[in-house]
Amino acid sequence: MKNELEKDVPETDAYEELHDVPAKSRLRLSWIGKFCLGIVIFWIIIALFGSYLAPYHEAHFIEEDLTGNEFDDPSFMSPTRQVLLGTDYIGRDVLSRIMWGARTTIGISFVATILAYIVGIFLGVTAAVAGKWTDAILSRSIEVVLSFPSIMLGLITIAAFGSSIPILIVLSGLIYAASVFRIARALSLDIIVQDFVEVTRARGEGLWWIITREVLPNIAMPLATDFGIRLIFIILFISSLSFLGLGVQPPISDWGSMVRENLQGLANGFSGGAIATIAPALAIASLTIAINIIIDDISAHDGGSLSGKMV
Amino acid sequence: MKAKPIFQCRDLKIEARPWAQEPIEIVKGISFNVFPGQVVALIGESGSGKTTISLAALGYTKPGLHFSSGEAILLEKDMINLDYEEKRLMRGEHVAYLAQSAAATFNPSLTIGEQVIESALLHGALSKETAEKRAIELYLALELPQPYMIGKLYPHQVSGGQLQRLMAAMALVEKPSLLVLDEPTTALDVTTQIEVLKAIKKVIREEKSAAIYVTHDLSVVAQIADHVVVLYDGVIKEQGTVEEIINNPKHSYTNKLMAAVRPTPKANLIEQSVLESEHSNSALVVKNISAGYGGTNKRTPTKLVLHDVSFSLNHGEVVGIIGESGCGKSTLARVISGLLPASSGQILLNEKELHPSVKNRSLNELQLVQFIFQMADTALNPRQTIGEIIGRPLTFYHGVKGKKRDEEVREIMRLVELPDAFMNRRPTEISGGQKQRVNLARGLAAKPTLLLCDEVTSALDTIVGANVISLLKKLGEETGISFVFISHDLSTVSSFADKIVVLYAGRLVEQGTVQEILSPPFHPYTKLLINSVPELRVGWLEETLKKQSTEVGISGTVEMTDVGCPFYNRCHIKIEGLCNTTSAPLTSSLSGHEIACHHLDMALLE
Repeated sequence: MKNELEKDVPETDAYEELHDVPAKSRLRLSWIGKFCLGIVIFWIIIALFGSYLAPYHEAHFIEEDLTGNEFDDPSFMSPTRQVLLGTDYIGRDVLSRIMWGARTTIGISFVATILAYIVGIFLGVTAAVAGKWTDAILSRSIEVVLSFPSIMLGLITIAAFGSSIPILIVLSGLIYAASVFRIARALSLDIIVQDFVEVTRARGEGLWWIITREVLPNIAMPLATDFGIRLIFIILFISSLSFLGLGVQPPISDWGSMVRENLQGLANGFSGGAIATIAPALAIASLTIAINIIIDDISAHDGGSLSGKMV
Repeated sequence: MKAKPIFQCRDLKIEARPWAQEPIEIVKGISFNVFPGQVVALIGESGSGKTTISLAALGYTKPGLHFSSGEAILLEKDMINLDYEEKRLMRGEHVAYLAQSAAATFNPSLTIGEQVIESALLHGALSKETAEKRAIELYLALELPQPYMIGKLYPHQVSGGQLQRLMAAMALVEKPSLLVLDEPTTALDVTTQIEVLKAIKKVIREEKSAAIYVTHDLSVVAQIADHVVVLYDGVIKEQGTVEEIINNPKHSYTNKLMAAVRPTPKANLIEQSVLESEHSNSALVVKNISAGYGGTNKRTPTKLVLHDVSFSLNHGEVVGIIGESGCGKSTLARVISGLLPASSGQILLNEKELHPSVKNRSLNELQLVQFIFQMADTALNPRQTIGEIIGRPLTFYHGVKGKKRDEEVREIMRLVELPDAFMNRRPTEISGGQKQRVNLARGLAAKPTLLLCDEVTSALDTIVGANVISLLKKLGEETGISFVFISHDLSTVSSFADKIVVLYAGRLVEQGTVQEILSPPFHPYTKLLINSVPELRVGWLEETLKKQSTEVGISGTVEMTDVGCPFYNRCHIKIEGLCNTTSAPLTSSLSGHEIACHHLDMALLE
């Protein structure tokens, strides 16, 4: 009996510590994560090829039905075989506009978010790692940007430069870079007080190594989680500009302005145009929620904390 | 024992269910009883499931764990199957939990008194007045200073040992029948440990409550427990009364635990390898170093932490730096590495002066001194693989790249006894002891002549810590590296070092070879440290507490004074009017080593 018990206690000296943790398998999504990944891939395909697949051009007015009879009032028509999601307030095919709009909405906000991230992270991490004067100057300048309401800042810039898609991208990118800066700096401040950064400082490593190898990889995950939210903010920001007539200019369609311009249809109920507002809103929601769930899923596997909260 | 047990564990099984993986059994069928008034110790190394089992007494598992079968019966109720509300009523009133780190358990923005009586008020068990009265009773029983006032203080205003005792008061306020203590002294200095052990032991006796005491330290168990349960990998290896286990262990694993208990430092038992000072070109000389924090100018810190510290170290030697937490040990290491530039004094490496700041040192100087941080958990970047971590100093200092680097990394990993397969793992995928080896390996990869080891074994449990020490010894012999070995644990230091430097409140109070430090004459502080190392026998605690030096020593706390001897308020042989006005210079004693004390050698002999 005694000998039997003793067998399972390792006798070697070198590895007496218990439980060799198995190597983790990286990036495995749950079924809901896979489903959301599907949604995102679907929208990316629509964004890339939607203009070829759509039944009509985004600026095309539906004037006659399939048999050639002219409509009295083509605006806010309920769905038929001809127009699967009905028509909008001036009689354009909602489905086609959503398909065309995917490119504008996803394209502009995605590029703008990436711009915001590149600028914000670079400045934020530099401020945190370099500290002292660099930090003071950068932080105070960013606070100036943040102290303006973003829509005011947008109005002034567009008043000065006019509205075009490149301007919209740079504008929203820079405005949201300020909030990314704050998050990146705050996250980095937590990292740079850790011992492993102290170790690299003691080794004599330069600023570049500390930023790119020690700090960035450790803040990547929380920043990625933030990416989805930031993307939504930028979609909404561009939509509000469009609502004021300063964003994406007609006849180019984008989801945000579709929601706004068809708002009056909501009052008519489903038979008379509510779909023209709800459909693009659902498009925005499906994309942003799907992105968020995927990010949560990845970080749940990575850190393990989220999965516990979800159960 | 004829009485009915208060708590019964019956074939308890607990498993972890990782995301999308097979369940792993953590606790594999544990049975034991706790009788009224009995202290049962659960002992085992980290990962043995001892904390998980102790939490079952509260009907609680950590997130991700589930009770799979068995019972945990407290006062005839199975804690596992109670619903949330019933568990809530049991907790606090019948069973209380004392966590390892009091500092992390107290809310810094509430007063201590509010927190101590909080659970009693929440349960409606006591009225506010009776609860406060009860708290004061407990403060008195736990021998806390100013028992009528301490409840009005905030957690940061009392010392770590006091906070640990206050947490005991918090647990005891509702007179629970069972107390669960999870390593309550592990994070403390030896002197503080005595103070807390004494209070906990006394209060358990007086309150007649039963207790489950979780620890990995057999010598602590010997002082406090009645019954011992030895655990390994979620299985009971042996259980019996404390006398049986300590004096007559049956299982080989218990023997292994016994062997890992740090030996009591005794001068005559230690083989002294006194290095001949013929080739006395010193590896490191620290001359009159003062350093501190705060202030805008580095040369004039607002708070001085180190006062005029000097010592030297020959090639291949190990100098141990000991003292309680807050005495400036880690600051000294940071000063030598240049992370914290000294405000005055000199550091000579291989007889060449080093610039005080790391920013102004040459690549070669940086390479020769490597700093091994205390916590391997935080000192390794979780986003880099072990190969990258160990390989970076090779590339950075020696320009080794590609395949050659991988080869050298493997060689270093073999040196610290890590398997090659770990190269592609990340720090989160290996155990605590293995992380500490990686931490060491990174330092070695720079090929230094001096390694600064800051408490490298403190965060590890005894068996793993002993392994790391023997590895360090082996490395010292094989590579001829000199070590500055910082620890609060005198027994670890004396088993490894050639010389010892004793720091107290930022001042050097005694230095010499291990032999000299551990034999009289002693500085009163060194004596207190030596007497505080727990011994592996029943009754040691009571014996030590009777000694006058211990009694005075553990009642005071460290005070940073600018005038007089810093140890004045804790010294059992202080000279009124001299010790509190003039600080004693370092003078050579009879045996030839240096002591900073006003007493003549003869008084320090005892």
